Formats: sequence, structure tokens, C-alpha cells
Amino acid sequence: MSQQADRIAALQRELAALSGIRASAIEKGELVAHAERDGLVALMTALRDDPRFLFSQMMDICGVDWPERGERFDVVYNLLSVALNQRLRVIVTTDEATPVPSVHGVWPAATWWEREAWDLFGIVFSGQPDLRRILTDYGFEGHPMRKDFPLTGHVEVRYDEDRKSVVYEPVKLVQDFRNFDFISPWEGITTLPGDEKVHEEREE
Amino acid sequence: MSEAAPPQTRPGARTGARTVEIDHHAINFGPQHPAAHGVLRLILEMDGEVVERADPHIGLLHRGTEKLIEHKTYIQAVPYFDRLDYVSPMCQEHAFALATEKLLGVDVPERGKWIRTLFAEITRVLNHLLNVTTYALDVGAITPSLWGFEEREKLLEFHEAASGARLHANYFRPGGVSRDLPAGLTEKIASWAETFPTFIDELEELLTTNRIWMQRTVDIGVISAEDALAWGFSGPCLRASGVPWDLRRAQPYDMYDQVDFAVAVGRNGDCYDRYLVRIGEMRESVKIIRQCLAKMRPGPVKVQDRKFTPPTRAEMKRSMEALIHHFKLYTEGFHVPAGATYTVVEAPKGEFGVYLVADGTNRPYRCKIRATGFSFLQALEALARRHMLADTVAIIGSLDIVFGEIDR
Repeated sequence: MSQQADRIAALQRELAALSGIRASAIEKGELVAHAERDGLVALMTALRDDPRFLFSQMMDICGVDWPERGERFDVVYNLLSVALNQRLRVIVTTDEATPVPSVHGVWPAATWWEREAWDLFGIVFSGQPDLRRILTDYGFEGHPMRKDFPLTGHVEVRYDEDRKSVVYEPVKLVQDFRNFDFISPWEGITTLPGDEKVHEEREE
Repeated sequence: MSEAAPPQTRPGARTGARTVEIDHHAINFGPQHPAAHGVLRLILEMDGEVVERADPHIGLLHRGTEKLIEHKTYIQAVPYFDRLDYVSPMCQEHAFALATEKLLGVDVPERGKWIRTLFAEITRVLNHLLNVTTYALDVGAITPSLWGFEEREKLLEFHEAASGARLHANYFRPGGVSRDLPAGLTEKIASWAETFPTFIDELEELLTTNRIWMQRTVDIGVISAEDALAWGFSGPCLRASGVPWDLRRAQPYDMYDQVDFAVAVGRNGDCYDRYLVRIGEMRESVKIIRQCLAKMRPGPVKVQDRKFTPPTRAEMKRSMEALIHHFKLYTEGFHVPAGATYTVVEAPKGEFGVYLVADGTNRPYRCKIRATGFSFLQALEALARRHMLADTVAIIGSLDIVFGEIDR
């Protein structure tokens, strides 16, 4: 196990020498690198071809939404080196408008994952010729995996017997969506309900 | 539509030049087609009976699993994994359980790990039996599926005995497995493992040297090792191209570093080799199952920390604390410290990964599911190009595609 840790640490040192890497860290035994958005394609090509890395496989691209941040999206690339038996996670940040350079020229497998990130998060990839929606319905509006998109969605679909067609209508819930607040009073709340005055006085 | 222009109108056309009829049309394959393995809609641009371009349309089974998991506690998220690749449910729970355990920093007791390894291999046989036999069905052989489903039923009974459900097991939980194996089950599995190799022999007699089967699969849908890597292949489809890459061997989890097995590798990367690799893997799985049964010792099957796993019923009748633990666990769940992990398992289809981001609450902040079949289906365009329409069906069968997983 420690041998594996040494190998990852060695890989991290090699990685630091590459241009385009902003920071790298080892989190729970996994190597994570934060990269610059601009030189991404050159960086990824180096990671694939350089004999020190040989990340021949791009296993996954996904978005993560942090709405309270300035650049709200993380784009996470999970790379695998079959030759060296290593994994690497490359993370770049972006917002709704700024495109991320597409890596479909480096790994053809990236196309569908980029389409998925566009579909679910609205992350734009520049240089991607096939940026169609992939998982959602034909003619779907919005990006469902964003944190500000409701779980129920905005429209529901049914077959209308009179019109003899499928119709889309705004979602009507018979019962309100139940979202329990499980933040434990022993951990989260510092002011107990009804005790607000006491706490105000204490602060003063 | 035929697009035959008369020769004299073409500029520079010489008299006596041959007129070539181009029969170019697009067909819609699926989404309701038995060989589409679920709800694949494939737009095929055909030149006669030859596929020029294949454009898979997916998402017809999209249920928003990742979004739903963000609104559930970690324990409530487990059953969603059964419903992804419904042919190999437990292997996917495995990935989520391992990811959660990694973030929690808990270690599963030995017996729990053995049971997981055992059932991951049973699930692998379950998956390969379905794939190989329905693949044969697509190509025209009916008998293998009739035989294979009988054998699958025996395995599903083991699933049911262990978890209470044939398909949607909800058995591998963060912290171990939901309960210990019932008395007598290991003996039943052991006796099944004695007879199963004979069944594989019979299945191979039907297919491996069958002339029709070989004509339909040999040299069909060939993918080189470099292409397979570039397209993100994993599992049997990658190994069929001659890359000896198996996560159970390269990055072992649970008890895979303590069992002895061979990795089945193909050579040509065609549909036939993908079939052979799966047959080889079933034989190896039986070996692993036997070793698990031999090495398994009595003991706890889940973490004994009551913050993560529920107490027994008997305990709850006597202890107030146990009752509180049970209540807290099934309403609030447990809080997972902030962090992220990309954890993978060698699912029967290939690398199945979970990218789990925790923010310190009782719900995953983000749970990205790396579906194995997603990258296989993407490569269909490269695989099916310049093949006959009927070969496309064989290629889809050999890729082992399940839409519950691809569409999520």
C-alpha cells in the first residue's frame, strides 16, 4: 500500500512540472490536479503521450455545480493509465458562458461525455462539432443537473386522447414535494427555536 | 432514393461510362426492436444493405438517477444502483458502497468482504449468462437462451436467499452487507459450483464451433487495442482486443487480492473474441466462488459502529440506545465528511465508476455514475461502419449493452 502511495507521490512531482497545472493534491489516495482552462488540450495531449504519464484512457467527464461560486461549474476528467496503472483526476472550472476546450481530438470517447455535460449542466465545449443533447427528451429546455433546477422538473408529459398527441403541461403535484431538513439540531443550529432573544443578548 | 444521374449531364462524363446506382437511405432501428436490447434508437444511414453511418440516440430510459440521489440519504441511494444495470445489480451497489466507505473511512469486516466478493462473482456469471445467450438469440440461436435462463434462475435464487429479492437486491450497503447469509446457502452455492462448469461445456458445444455462429461473429466488429483504449473501452470488450487489463487484478478491492484467478484475454477484438472472453470469465468466476466459500469464516458482516449500520431487531427490543440509532439511521442517515472520490469496480461489463462528492451533510452533493455501456455504444459508429445491417445486430449483442445503465 505504501508502495502505491510512493508511486502516486512520484507522479505528483512529475505532474507539477507540466505547464497548465495550477495545483495538485493527493486526496484519499487519489491524485487530483486543478488545471488552467486555456491550455487544456495541450495539457491533455501531453498527459496522453508523455511516457511519464501515458493516460491512454479518458474514462469519464462530468460536471459539478457549485452555484454560490463565481465560476460555478467544475468539469472533472477522470483519466486512466493502463500502462502505468495510475489514475488522475483533472479539474477545470468554468461558468455558464465560458467555453471549455473540447478534448474529443485527444480521446474520441470524450464526445458523448461532453454532450452529456452540455445537456445536464449547460457547460459549453468549444471545438466540439457534435454538441447535441444526449440524455434528455427531444426539445427539452433547461439543464436538469444544475442545483437551481427543481427535482420535479418544469413540465410533465401525457398522451391526450382528444388531441391524439402527446402534450406537455406544467407540473402539478397532488401532494407538495416533501423536503425534510435533516440538519441535526445537535450539529447545525446554534440558536434553538424560541431562544433567539437569549442569544441576541449574549452576542451583545 | 436512387440518385442515378444520366451520364450525359455530368460534366466531363465520357460516353460508355458505367452508371452506378446509389441506393442511399436512412432507417430507424428501434427503439422498440428486440435486438436493440432495450430502448436503443439507432439512425442508420444505409448504402444498400451496408451501414454508412450509425447514430445512436439514447436517453429514452433516462430517469434522472443522479439528480434523485442528490435528494436522498446515502442509504436510500443504494437501491437506485440496482436499477441501473439491472442485469448485474450487486456489482453496482459495490461501487457505491466502496465509494461511501472510502469517504467515511470505515473498514468492512472480513466476512462482509468475502460475501461481497462471492456475490460480485455470482452477479458476473448472471450477467454473462444473459449476455451470451441473448446475443446468440439476436444472431438466430434460440436454444442457448432457454438453457441459460434456467441456470440464471438458480443464481437468482441465491440472490433471493441472501437479500430477499431476485433482482433489486439492495444487499451491499455502505459498511458491509445488509445481513448474513442464511443457513445452508453456502452448501447450495458450492454444489451449484460443482455442476456449472459442465453447463458451460454444453453451452460451448452449442456455440463455440458452431458454423453459423462463427460466420456471424468472426471478424465482425473488429476493434484494435489502440482504438479500444481511445474509445474508453473496459472489461471484456477491452480484453477481447488483447489488453490484459482487469481492475480485480490491477487495482484490487475487497478480497480480490486473496483469490487466485486468470484473466481471460482475446486476440482479435472481434465479436467472436468478446464472446470467448465472457465464456472464459465465467469459468474463472466459478473458481473465485469456490475460493470464497473455502476461505469464508464466521464473523460480523458489517461495520459494528451503530452510526453507520443498524442494530439487530433483538437488540432494539431491549436497548433504548439501539432504538435511537435505528431511528436516526433510517430518517437522517449518517453524515459523510466533505471530500470526493472516484471509485471503480470491475463490473461484469467493464469499469463501473462512481464519482461521489460529499459536502458533510447526510446526502451526496454529487453522484456521477460512470456507465460502462456508454462508451461502448459511442464506439458503435466506428464499429458498425461498412458492415451489413445484420452485423450491426451482432455487434450490439457483443457489446453487452443495458439501457438502464447508459441512460441512468
